[in-house]
Amino acid sequence: MAISRRAFLAGSTIAAGTLVGSAGLSAPAVAQTKKNVLRVVPASNLSGIDPVVTSGQPVRNHGYQIYDTLFGMNGRFEVRPQMAEGAEQSSDGLTWTIRLRDGLRFHDGEKVLARDCVASLKRWGARDPLGQTIFGLTDELRAVDDRTLEFRLKSRFGLLTKGLAKIGGPAPFIMPERIAQTDPSVSIKEAIGSGPFRFLADEWVPGSRAVYAKFDGYVPRNEAPDCTAGGKVVHVDRLEWHIIPDAATATAALQRGEVDWYHGPDLTLLPLLKQDPAINTEAYDDLGYMTVIRFNHLQPPFDRLEMRRAIQMAVNQVDYLQAQVGMPDLYTECRSTFFCGTTMSTGAGSEAMAANFEKAKALLKSSYKGEKVAILTATDLSWLHAASLVTEDLLKRMGVNVEVQAMDLGTFYKRRTSMEAVDKGGWSIFHAGFSVTDILDPSTHLGLRANGKQTWPGWPTDPVIEQLRDDWMSADPQGQGAIVRKIEARAFETVPFVPLGQFQTPSARRRTVTGMLKAPLPLAWNIKVG
Amino acid sequence: MLAFIIRRLIGAIPVIALVALIIFCLLYFAPGDPATIIAGDLATPEEVQRIRVALGLDQPFHVRLGIFLLNLVRGDLGTSIFSNLPVTYLIGQRLEPTFSLGALTILLSVVVAVPLGALAAWRARRAVDRMALVISVLGFSVPVFVVGYLLIWVFAIKLAWFPVQGYTPLSNGVGSWLSNLVLPTLSLGMVYIALITRITRASMLEVLSQDYIRTARAKGLSDRAIIWRHALRNAAVPIATVVGIGVALLLGGVVVTETVFAIPGVGRLLVDAILRRDYPMIQGVILLLASIYIIVNLCVDISYAIFDPRIRY
Repeated sequence: MAISRRAFLAGSTIAAGTLVGSAGLSAPAVAQTKKNVLRVVPASNLSGIDPVVTSGQPVRNHGYQIYDTLFGMNGRFEVRPQMAEGAEQSSDGLTWTIRLRDGLRFHDGEKVLARDCVASLKRWGARDPLGQTIFGLTDELRAVDDRTLEFRLKSRFGLLTKGLAKIGGPAPFIMPERIAQTDPSVSIKEAIGSGPFRFLADEWVPGSRAVYAKFDGYVPRNEAPDCTAGGKVVHVDRLEWHIIPDAATATAALQRGEVDWYHGPDLTLLPLLKQDPAINTEAYDDLGYMTVIRFNHLQPPFDRLEMRRAIQMAVNQVDYLQAQVGMPDLYTECRSTFFCGTTMSTGAGSEAMAANFEKAKALLKSSYKGEKVAILTATDLSWLHAASLVTEDLLKRMGVNVEVQAMDLGTFYKRRTSMEAVDKGGWSIFHAGFSVTDILDPSTHLGLRANGKQTWPGWPTDPVIEQLRDDWMSADPQGQGAIVRKIEARAFETVPFVPLGQFQTPSARRRTVTGMLKAPLPLAWNIKVG
Repeated sequence: MLAFIIRRLIGAIPVIALVALIIFCLLYFAPGDPATIIAGDLATPEEVQRIRVALGLDQPFHVRLGIFLLNLVRGDLGTSIFSNLPVTYLIGQRLEPTFSLGALTILLSVVVAVPLGALAAWRARRAVDRMALVISVLGFSVPVFVVGYLLIWVFAIKLAWFPVQGYTPLSNGVGSWLSNLVLPTLSLGMVYIALITRITRASMLEVLSQDYIRTARAKGLSDRAIIWRHALRNAAVPIATVVGIGVALLLGGVVVTETVFAIPGVGRLLVDAILRRDYPMIQGVILLLASIYIIVNLCVDISYAIFDPRIRY
């Protein structure tokens, strides 16, 4: 059988040769480092390009590359002019005049005109809750001339420029009038903005890659960059988003230098990245996320206040944060309805979160009638699923008949909209996460809306909290502090949700990447590679 | 033969129509709603409803089915609910990576497994046979993603021979195209090498016990001629069947490999579409897969006639 063995060995040699040969071929390809290209792995896929129709973070982050806003926010969440030269308020406070900076152009070469801004803001105002509030208070928004737009309000409203600087999605991005005239419920087909990057639509492979080029026609402000405010100076020629769905692969790609910046590395793989001297794991967002328990206020048992108060009292935030994050240096207990570390967080009424299990159990015993409690959870999001399991354990220990219903995120979002009873496909509890931009103040905090079936699933009704919100929005800055205290105290009293603490989501980048700005979202301007 | 091919292709039309109807019904009755996903985590019921109306998802079953079938007859698979791009364009973007990975995997599997299986049968119960058995057991029992991670760790991170992830189109050069596909092909090929090796061995063992093989030996033919010209050709029908099934299974099994190696292929496109309830996208990809299954089965049937002249259609 010498012939067969030889044939076999020959075949093996050819196969080995092919491997080595292809290794040789691949070496230059692997070693090839594209100069002045920033290659990032975003936290999730860019599935669409309309930042008004879709409020998700990937689309919002995409929007910040290619669009600009009239106003920006600095790291202390103070409003600063961005596309605007500035804003003037009339003496009666009812007219705001905003003048555009000189030299603003869209990526198609057209000048940015006031009428583009008017159309863009109207479209945004039809979708965004704060935008709806602003336009509800607006008599007229018009273009006075090519560079000037004017808001005429029905009553004084101190949050106008804050709304126009809003970072959370949908953000008030400015696009050409012809695109902004698209129905606000229908996605736009062209991604043309006036921001520091151009979107290269022909290189977009949804689910795999999105590519941006530096917009040479962009004129940055002559100021230091600060969050979404200041000069947006781009130092790279090209920005590539590589969608890598598997966390281990994305981690390996970063270690290997195939990508430069991984926006949201998996926490279980973080120690591996921290050990790598070529990797910097500094977070771009120091505040991170806050997870909450949301109750269904329409159905038993959480239509009863005592039940919600009992759970609020029983919650030990550390249990949740350990399950979700596990690394104490990445989380903070925070008994507030706003992010701790921001000016909105007062902690008023937070003594209701005493983490007193026995007292909570006694309170629950007096109000619980044995109803089945259904916790909806999406297994796609590890932090959300972990929180759901901790709540399940907590309720079981309290003697509640509880069932966790696990599903994928798409089903979770749909099931959550059901207002039916549990035995008819409804639910009792779900968990959700807020970033600081979602709940920056009472005007944007959906968890604190209490206008019944009109609001976010959970549907609490509380005219008091709604009135306090209205009061806050119309108050001057000096009076707002006291109102926020009342809002927080009221929220801990009526329990529209239970805050479960804050955790940071570190990012990881190669040390060759410098100039990363601190912000609630990953920003690509000011960054240098190499 | 031509008449057979034409008959089979005409017969495929009602199969495709049935697949289209079933997948439409399944998606209609499946839980989940793309409007809630588009609107985002913090959307209010009114916002979700506005988007549902804009997408036509509020229309009754028969209206949506009618629109779908009418467009299908026109060859229009629709537009992705999320990216607003035509389904055919999005599938077109993903075909090359999946076909490249699939073709290389089948090629590697056949090139390695058929000689290995034949050799194992020829040297049954000896060292080569035992080695083939070990390779097969490993191929069957170690999950594709484990093999993938191990290959990445050794060949991409430690040795730096190949890239960790991604795909480079063939038009950018054979070297870079191949370098991106070596590890995924090895990872995905393991199970097919195991499968085809075992089938080849079993089929060859049966053929090698036949009288005509003994006659060939008695005539003084060389081992090479006996194996390659007489035994393997007669053992080819079950092997071709398994390779055909392998191609069909591969289209489903490629998802894990595409995910581990971040290859933008059809498998990932389908999974992403299912998770987001992108109905036109799911329908388009399923119809494509059904068409491929039909064509692969046809090719397998044709190959029977080539390998065994007694088979005629």
